[in-house]
Amino acid sequence: MELTGYRRPDGQVGVRNHVVVLPVDDLSNAAAEGVASLIPGAMALSHPYGRLQFGDDLDLTFETLSGHGRNPNVAAVIVIGIEPKWTQRVAEGIDPTGKPIETFEIERHGDLHTIERAAKAARKLVQDASDIQREPIEISELTLSTKCGESDTTLGAAGNPALGRAFDRLIDQGASVIFGETSELTGAEHILADRCASDDVRQAFMDTYNAYIEFIAEQGVDLLGSQPTQGNIRGGLSTIEEKALGNIEKLGTTPIQSVLKPAQAPNEKPGLHFMDTSSAAAEMVTLCAAAGSALHFFTTGQGNIVGHPLVPVIKISPNPLTVETMGEHIDVPLPDLLRGEIDLDQAADRIEDVFARTARGRMTAAEVLRHREFVLTKLYRSA
Amino acid sequence: MAYQAVAHRTNDDVAVAVQDLAPGTTVHVRVLKEAGSFELEARDEIPLGHKIALRDLPTDHEVTEYGELTGTMTDAVQQGGHVHVHNIQSRRWSKWS
Repeated sequence: MELTGYRRPDGQVGVRNHVVVLPVDDLSNAAAEGVASLIPGAMALSHPYGRLQFGDDLDLTFETLSGHGRNPNVAAVIVIGIEPKWTQRVAEGIDPTGKPIETFEIERHGDLHTIERAAKAARKLVQDASDIQREPIEISELTLSTKCGESDTTLGAAGNPALGRAFDRLIDQGASVIFGETSELTGAEHILADRCASDDVRQAFMDTYNAYIEFIAEQGVDLLGSQPTQGNIRGGLSTIEEKALGNIEKLGTTPIQSVLKPAQAPNEKPGLHFMDTSSAAAEMVTLCAAAGSALHFFTTGQGNIVGHPLVPVIKISPNPLTVETMGEHIDVPLPDLLRGEIDLDQAADRIEDVFARTARGRMTAAEVLRHREFVLTKLYRSA
Repeated sequence: MAYQAVAHRTNDDVAVAVQDLAPGTTVHVRVLKEAGSFELEARDEIPLGHKIALRDLPTDHEVTEYGELTGTMTDAVQQGGHVHVHNIQSRRWSKWS
């Protein structure tokens, strides 16, 4: 498989070459978007948070913002915040990558002067980024990630086993793959526990899983009202256990190497890495991007259309109704696998082919359709 | 041979329809993880992706799919019937409801 990508100063490897304008807080979105509208090629990552957060919730927001600056698909970063201290803190989180970073604060300047200064910086960063050349890369240099969404039974029967077969091959060649969806492992957590590479990893996995389930239980609500989701039920899924058993089919057969906190980058060991995440698509993909994922594999039954500003999201669906009615969102259609007209190896070949072309620069459906969901995980309300 | 439903394991209680099934249709079921296939007749209308009972499942029966427990029958269903949220419930999260 021939792949090309971009080598960053810290040795990370990406498959896209974005210049991002990163607002530290909700107040700075307008300036960030102002810069992006003046300088096509600079992308604003607007979001609704960053004020009066505290503790773990604040730390996760910083990690997510800095993590997007560190993401290997990013060439250079402009950070804009309302005031200088937290703006610097986000920039310092990106600094170890050695990428060009420019920071701007709005107080004592106003939006318009900030936009002018930042746009001048963006002009140079975008030109410099366009000078960076793609070069041949190895699969082992890439961090990948995966999730399924708007799941139905066709994923467990076809789409997820096919992706699992593809991951077995990619991991065999040294890829790292992040998965998550903590609460949606309910009913299959014992199977994944058995697949952990060591007792320590197993303990960390079960502790993480149990803590999430306890958190949900503490809310005192009827989770049957939200799991399976209405989309899942429409597609034929009846219980969380059934959904989870279909979900883990996409993880292939290799061991789970580590347990990651939300937005935490995996160590260099190839293989599967479990990240503690929500199962909401955009939140999960955003956490993977913050952890350094260069490319995301997303299987869908009923038709989840999520994308991400920086990370190409390859959409795989075996559901013939979904492929027929909303095919513009699907990169890898697999209804023929569901019907048994091709086998798992042929389906995995198809996924790998689209993966290689996407890594080399082919746009995903989500990129073309401008699905750029960037959604921070909020752990609790602000002060 | 073409088939209309897939079961994950030979001993599973349910299979997944890979096309819409009308009552009275003969359904060829392919087993995915073990070699094998068998036939039964659909009793209910079963939409694409929904489950068909592979045997009579009484109330309180613990349902096996993927070779694992996936829920408890809250109502009986006969072989060939539709198994979904009207007659099966999670064993894990129902205790909080």
